[in-house]
Amino acid sequence: MTSPTELVMITSILAMAFRMAAPLIYGTIGEAFAERCGVLNLGIEGMMLMGASAGFLVGYGTGDLWLGVGAAAVVGMMLGLVMAFFTVTLGAQQHVAGLGMTIACTGLSFYIYRISIVDVGGVPPHVKPFGTIPIPYLSDIPVLGDVIFNQHALIYIGIILVPLAAFILFKTRFGLSIRAVGENPSAADTAGINVFRIRYLCLAIAGGLSAVGGAWLSLSQSGMFLPGLTQGRGWVCIALVVFCNWSPLRILGGALLFGGIDALQLTMQGIGWRVPYQLFLMMPYVLTIIALVAVARRARAPAALLSSYKRED
Amino acid sequence: MIEVAADAQTQPNVIEMKGIVKTFPGVVANDHVDFSLEKGEIHALLGENGAGKSTLMNVLYGLYRPDAGEIRVNETAVTFDSPRDAIALKIGMIHQHFMLVQAMTVTDNVILGLHTQGVLIDEKTAENRITELAERYGLKVDPKNFIWQLSVGEQQRVEILKALYREANVLILDEPTAVLTPPETRDLFVILRKMRSEGRSIVYISHKLEEVMDVSDSITVLRAGKVVANVKKTKTSKAELARLMVGREVIFRLSKSEAKIGAPVLEVERLSALNDMKMPTLKNVSFAVREGEILGIAGVSGNGQRELAEVLVGLRRATGGRLVIGGRDVTAATPREIVDMNVGFIPEDRVGLGLVMGLPILSNAIMKKYRDLSKGLLLDYSLASDYAGGLIREFDVKTPNMRYPTKTLSGGNLQKLILARELARDPRLLIAAQPTRGLDVGATEYIRSKILEQRSLGRAVLLISEDLDEILSLSDRIAVMYEGEIVGIVPAEGANVEEIGLMMAGSRRMELAS
Amino acid sequence: MAGFKITVERRLLPSKKLEIAAPILSILVALAISAIPISQGGVNPITGYYELFYGALGNKLSLTETFAMFSPLLLCGVAVALAFTCKFWNIGAEGQLYCGGLVAAFFAVNAGGLPAPVAIPLMLVAGFLGGGAWAAVPAVLKVKLKVDEVVTTLLGNWVMYYLVSAILFGPWRNPKTGWPESPIIADSTFYPILVPGSRFHFGIVVSLLIAVAFYIILKKTKWGFELLAIGGNPASSQAMGISVARQIVLAAIVSGGIAGLAGVGQVAGIHYHMKTDLSPGFGYTGVVIAMVGGLNPIGVVLASFLMAVVVQGTQAMHRATGVPWALAEVIQGIILLCLLVGIFFTKYRVRRVKA
Repeated sequence: MTSPTELVMITSILAMAFRMAAPLIYGTIGEAFAERCGVLNLGIEGMMLMGASAGFLVGYGTGDLWLGVGAAAVVGMMLGLVMAFFTVTLGAQQHVAGLGMTIACTGLSFYIYRISIVDVGGVPPHVKPFGTIPIPYLSDIPVLGDVIFNQHALIYIGIILVPLAAFILFKTRFGLSIRAVGENPSAADTAGINVFRIRYLCLAIAGGLSAVGGAWLSLSQSGMFLPGLTQGRGWVCIALVVFCNWSPLRILGGALLFGGIDALQLTMQGIGWRVPYQLFLMMPYVLTIIALVAVARRARAPAALLSSYKRED
Repeated sequence: MIEVAADAQTQPNVIEMKGIVKTFPGVVANDHVDFSLEKGEIHALLGENGAGKSTLMNVLYGLYRPDAGEIRVNETAVTFDSPRDAIALKIGMIHQHFMLVQAMTVTDNVILGLHTQGVLIDEKTAENRITELAERYGLKVDPKNFIWQLSVGEQQRVEILKALYREANVLILDEPTAVLTPPETRDLFVILRKMRSEGRSIVYISHKLEEVMDVSDSITVLRAGKVVANVKKTKTSKAELARLMVGREVIFRLSKSEAKIGAPVLEVERLSALNDMKMPTLKNVSFAVREGEILGIAGVSGNGQRELAEVLVGLRRATGGRLVIGGRDVTAATPREIVDMNVGFIPEDRVGLGLVMGLPILSNAIMKKYRDLSKGLLLDYSLASDYAGGLIREFDVKTPNMRYPTKTLSGGNLQKLILARELARDPRLLIAAQPTRGLDVGATEYIRSKILEQRSLGRAVLLISEDLDEILSLSDRIAVMYEGEIVGIVPAEGANVEEIGLMMAGSRRMELAS
Repeated sequence: MAGFKITVERRLLPSKKLEIAAPILSILVALAISAIPISQGGVNPITGYYELFYGALGNKLSLTETFAMFSPLLLCGVAVALAFTCKFWNIGAEGQLYCGGLVAAFFAVNAGGLPAPVAIPLMLVAGFLGGGAWAAVPAVLKVKLKVDEVVTTLLGNWVMYYLVSAILFGPWRNPKTGWPESPIIADSTFYPILVPGSRFHFGIVVSLLIAVAFYIILKKTKWGFELLAIGGNPASSQAMGISVARQIVLAAIVSGGIAGLAGVGQVAGIHYHMKTDLSPGFGYTGVVIAMVGGLNPIGVVLASFLMAVVVQGTQAMHRATGVPWALAEVIQGIILLCLLVGIFFTKYRVRRVKA
């Protein structure tokens, strides 16, 4: 029988798991859309940072956090379109285009922050983060109530996003076209599907979602924009897509798993275990690598992932 | 240009293409081509590989934009920006390389890209309609199956269903029988004739004279991108068509010297293997190839031939059986060991497995010799370029500069390059898979003569080909492969083509001495 | 609609002229585009660029600083270019750099008695092995288990970084200063300074030798030929008898080793301790350098120098005009993206034709 303090701790860890999972959910679902149509979006880390930066700046400047989220989404979508331009229209190597985007956007995210904020000495600018929105009745359930139904708005949206993405991908014509483009773009083209348009759309979705994931970090989690804010989460999303076999429903589970480990790690630090804290910070990455190894054999990537498509080549 | 006085036209042409020009870098694929299709006819588009037939139809289907020319559908001028426009006008195309998504079901493939569905997919309705169409035309297919589960012949049926589902009035088939057994070909013709009787019009692209004379009503012959004839089938002959196709008299049989057979070089005993989907693809395959003989493996593509070649050269692991080359057990050998045993390999997938397209022609030419051209760690490039230059000259690989990227070579020259590289080492065993697929007659004759030359030099040749004519004219013995098994081995001399056809279709097997 | 349309057609032969012009043009275009963020930062781009170029090349001190940065960048560029040649996407040069520095520092701290001509080569070997070993892990995972190396090499950077941090904050913390750095390395392992009074150190010799070695490998050796073949088509290479798996792992180890040498240079030439901030992202810049340099040795040398100018110059611009230092990364990213546009034009010809 767990003691009350243990129960509180478990509840808080689980609730934290959801919060840590939020950027992963957005980023990974976005990445899944990109990869399902055949484009590996290595620009995700940069897009997340741009979302965090732009979102924070707009949120801080206007005082309206939701405006910040919206700005992040718009910026992310535009970045997705840029990525599409390089990979789809120019047919550039996807690895390189993605890295270029991330390098440029990482720098840009700090750059625009630095030129927009005048340092008021000492205290970095911050916003009051999103508060939690308890759902009536449901949030009174012991443990589960606090964990799931007493969360932030963006988390609720994120949770709804998962079945929505699955529905779009598997039950709509649009989703069928996306999957066909990712498996065999020639077949899709021959069937009359506009391969370019599908890829542009998916990358816009990927960019927008990743940026919102980044905005979560600056507007909801910390209330500030700092160097190293994303901690390489964008890359974890890339691995998570493989780990969850490109399936939106699994992505929720995967994100929660990684979020949970993150939450565990933070709690351990707080308790002050005498293990070097860097070992905990390392854990998400080590685990990601292990996860990738575990699924590499049976993971079935979209067959046309990484290929550029030009009709008359 | 042979023009036959046209019979009085009773109906307007369903399709009219006038003055179509289409160029790709370095080649004019269609040179002011005129083509017209009457309603309710089967019109063959005949020509050897590279003549421009597929290109012309890809233009009609909206996949390619013509550089010049006009297209009329039912008397109205049209321009197609994409296949969607062609599909909207009830034109359907069944490509040589199927445009199917392997990981999806038949149903999903059929409804792909259709707008009549609305936002949500209604699989049930689609399945019912597919089943109904399948029954009506005798195309046996289960809509719930995934494409990767289907045989090649079944996949083609799905392609046909796609066109029928969209109510295509004009059907374009690009080399449809390349992947069919003789009985399946007959079934296909029955289906085509049924469609014709319904008033649909069919364009039948082929380089096979027999079939064209069998199934078509009129024939347009293309040669090197130009139309050289437009005739009614009843007013022409196989010989005349052949001459039109190639521009000169065609020799149908190459002369073969007397066979001087020696000791076995390749011995395959009860070889088994799995394919990429982990399903059995080779089942207890046994045969031998001896010095001075050509063993031809006949069979429609997709019955394990590709995997057999891969096992023989060490690219795929056997799950059972033994492989012996020159008396040595090489069942578990690496590709390097097989190469060192002086085995030559002309793979089915020229570009994917036979060459490194991005590298200079010179590099590909020395791919199997570079170790001998090196001293220690250093590769002697001047020695290499001498060697490569010699090869390129001897095998007539046409290129202005051997330092150009390999992808600048045409299909025939690519194959000659591969041939040069392999034959230069005088391999005791040559494994040639689909060596003349997609090549024009000139290149085809050259490659076949080189293969025969190996034979007269006393070397062993394993020839894998889906072209039965090729097998019949080159082989000393013929083995037939069906669903991963050797179902018969017969001498080529006096072989019964009908029997072989039946074996290829799985309807007949021989009792083979084990 | 007016009677013309845009056609895009693939070139039969990639244009040699454009292949050389493309990187140069992309750099120029990138610098032009980067004028926008500079002006947004409230600084006249002309002034900004003047400060950049002066700050990198303008006087003896700047030049030596630029060269001090050129050295590790060249090593990282070669390391990445070598790996990319056989399509091993080594994004982990940063972590390999740190690992090399770590192992080399461990040797160097304990190398007390050895004379410099013995100690320095041994230290280099140690650093090479360190970086190589770290790169071997994702390489083996790729060839044996088919795990994509982009993510594994990338995440490996973080793992190595935290490992170093744990070690330097923990058991190997400098007892004299209490800072998270290793004890000082032995005197005999200090890289000689080539220009007195500056930080221009012996590492440049190592870097240039490695660049020459890279040239020789690619253009003159069997191994280089095999790597090019593997990068072009691994399946065909395998069918020809090349041992693809083994060569990829070897290339990865050599690549990591070279990046490790960059770490050695940072330890033995600049900091004299192992530190947690050994590199300001040289490994990542190495990726940009490799691509901009077209994966060929001469291009990599030029691109490395250019990046050194950009990074060093941006620091100077920052000090002089207040433009945020993050601009350096922005410029690097834009250069890479502009290069992709340039590559497009070498492969395709875009024309306006009458419809």
